[in-house]
Amino acid sequence: MRAAGLPALIPLLVLLWASPAGGAERFPQPDFESGYRMPSTTVPGARAGYWQYVEVGGLLAALGLTAWLAIRRRSRRGVFAVMLGCLLWFGFWRGGCVCSVGAIQNVALAGFNSGYALPTLVLIFFLLPLIAALFFGRVFCAAVCPLGGLQDLVVLKPLRIPRWLEQALGLLAVLYLGLAVLLAATGAAFVICRYDPFVSIFRLSGGSFAVFLGAALLALGVFVARPYCRFLCPYGVLLGWASRLARWHVRITPDECVKCRLCEEACPFDAIRAPSAEGEPEPRARGVRRLALLLALVPVLIAAGWLLGALAAPALARVHPTVSLAEQVEREDAGLTGETSLESEAFRQTGESNHELKARAAAVRNRFALGGPLLGVFLGLVFGLKLIGLSVRRTREDYEPDRGACLSCGRCFSSCPRERMKRAEGRETETGAAAPAVRT
Amino acid sequence: MAEPRDVPKPGRRDFLRGVAALSVTGLAAAAARGLGGEELVWQLDPGKCVQCGRCATECVLDTSAVKCVHAYEMCGYCDLCFGYFRPKAGALTSAAENQTCPTGAIRRSFVEDPYYQYVIDEELCIGCGKCVKGCGTFGNGSLFLQVRHDRCLNCNQCAIATACAGQAFQRVPAERPYLLKGGSGQP
Repeated sequence: MRAAGLPALIPLLVLLWASPAGGAERFPQPDFESGYRMPSTTVPGARAGYWQYVEVGGLLAALGLTAWLAIRRRSRRGVFAVMLGCLLWFGFWRGGCVCSVGAIQNVALAGFNSGYALPTLVLIFFLLPLIAALFFGRVFCAAVCPLGGLQDLVVLKPLRIPRWLEQALGLLAVLYLGLAVLLAATGAAFVICRYDPFVSIFRLSGGSFAVFLGAALLALGVFVARPYCRFLCPYGVLLGWASRLARWHVRITPDECVKCRLCEEACPFDAIRAPSAEGEPEPRARGVRRLALLLALVPVLIAAGWLLGALAAPALARVHPTVSLAEQVEREDAGLTGETSLESEAFRQTGESNHELKARAAAVRNRFALGGPLLGVFLGLVFGLKLIGLSVRRTREDYEPDRGACLSCGRCFSSCPRERMKRAEGRETETGAAAPAVRT
Repeated sequence: MAEPRDVPKPGRRDFLRGVAALSVTGLAAAAARGLGGEELVWQLDPGKCVQCGRCATECVLDTSAVKCVHAYEMCGYCDLCFGYFRPKAGALTSAAENQTCPTGAIRRSFVEDPYYQYVIDEELCIGCGKCVKGCGTFGNGSLFLQVRHDRCLNCNQCAIATACAGQAFQRVPAERPYLLKGGSGQP
C-alpha cells in the first residue's frame, strides 16, 4: 500500500478484526447523515413462464404440419417451407436450447439422480418427436430439427456412399448415444451439448472449436448429405428405432410401384431400398447356418463389450470433474507435479478434507464401474443385432424407404412417374380441361 | 434393431408399436420420478466462487452473461475500496491505472465524508471477478458475481459451469433465479 492509501487504511484496519463474523462485516454500514438512500440490487428475471407453452405449441404444430405435408399432401415444397420456418424459430431465434437431441441427457440425468427434477418442458421436447415417429416416421428430422434443417440447406452434390460404409458409420451414432447417456447419467458432462456443432452458428457466437466443427460438417454436408444426422446424432438413433414401427410412413409412390428405378437416385441419404433381386434364392441351409453363427456371435459381442466397457471405465470416469480434481490433488500431494491447478486451489480454499474428496471421487468411479460395462453390453447387443439385420434376406416387392433411415423429407416424391401422372391429372381437373392420354 | 424392416403382418407391427410406446412411457415415468415441473436456470453460488476469471472467457456470449453484482446493504462505503482500487494504487482517484476493473465498469461517487458509493455499470462489466477478489479478500465481500438472466441464454449445458474451477454453478428454479449475498430480494 502506497502512502496515498495508507491514512485511509488505518481506521479500517482497526475495524477489521473488531467484527464478529469473519469477513462479512469488517466495515459496518455507515450511518449516513446526508439523507442518502441506498440503491437496491437489481434482479432482472428470467424468461417469462408462458414461453414454455408457446414452445411446446410450436413443436406440436410443426410436427403435425410436417406429418400432414409429407404423408397426406406429399409436398416436398411444403416440408421444405416448414423446415425453413423451424430453422429460423428453433435455431436462430430461440438460440437452440433446449432441444430434443440434448434432452436425452437431461432425461438420463433425471433417471439416475434423484437430486435433479426433470423440467416438464424438457421432458415434452424429448417425448413428442419420439411419439410422432411411432406414428409418422422421422418427421422431426424432416423439418423440425434445426440441426437437420441447416444441413439440409447445403445438400448440393450428394455422393453415394458404399452401403457397408454407411451402415458402419451409422454405428458411430449408437456409440455416441451410449457415451452421452453414460456421461449424463453419472453427472460427468453433457457431451452432446458441449460438442453441438451448429449451436454457435445459430447464436452467431461461440468458441473457435465449435465454429470450426460446424463449418467442417457443413462443408462435408455438401457432398455427404446430413452427416451429423446420419452418423452422429444420438437422438436420430432413437427416432430410427421408433420410425421402424411407424403406423403411417411416407411412401415413395402415391399408389403402386412400377419398379421403374427412377427413384433410385432421388434420395441423398441412401434410404431407398430396391426390390429383392430376382433369380435363384440362396439355399435355405446356408441362410440358416449363417443366422445360427451370427446368433452365437451376439453373446460373444456382448461379453467383449462388457470387458471393453470395464477397461474403459476408469478413463471415462476422468471426464467427471470430481474425479479429475481428486487425481490432481493426489498428484500435487505426492509431489508428482509442481503446478497447482485453479481447481485444486479452489478445493483447498473450501476446507474440505482430502479424505472427503477421495470418498466423493470413489463414489463416482463406482458408478462408472457399473455404467462402463453396461454401455459395452448395450453396444455389443446393438452391433450384433445390426449384423443379423444386415444378413437376413428380405423379400421386397417394391422400391421402399428404409423406415429406420428415411428422414421423410419427401425428395423422392417427384421422381415417381405415378406421382407425376397424378399431379398432371390434378392440374387438369383444376383447369377443367378434358383429360388427354397421359404419358407414363 | 431386430425389428423387420419390411412390411410384416400388421399384427406384429402393432404389437411392437405397443411395446415401444410402453417403453417410451416407462422411460418417461422413470425420468420424471422427481418431476418438479419447474423450469431451471443456471446460477453461481457466490460462496463457492473463487474468481478464477473463466466467467469472462467461457460464456457463449461475446460478453459474458455473468456480471458483478453489488449487495449495497453489505457495503462499507469505504473511501479506499479494495474492489475498486488496485492494491498498489498511486492515488485514490478514478484514473485507470488505479482501478482493479479492466473496463472501468465500477462507478465511484461521493456520498458524504468519508463515504463513497460504488455502482456496477453492467454494460461495461465483463464478469472477470477481479473486483470481487479484492472486495472479498480485504473488504466486506459485498461485490460478487451472478448470472444475469436478462442476458443469459440458459444453455442446456452452461459452458461456464463446465469450466468453473470452484464448481460453483448449479441449476436453480427459474422462479428464484439468484443466489444473492446480503439477503437482497428476488424478482
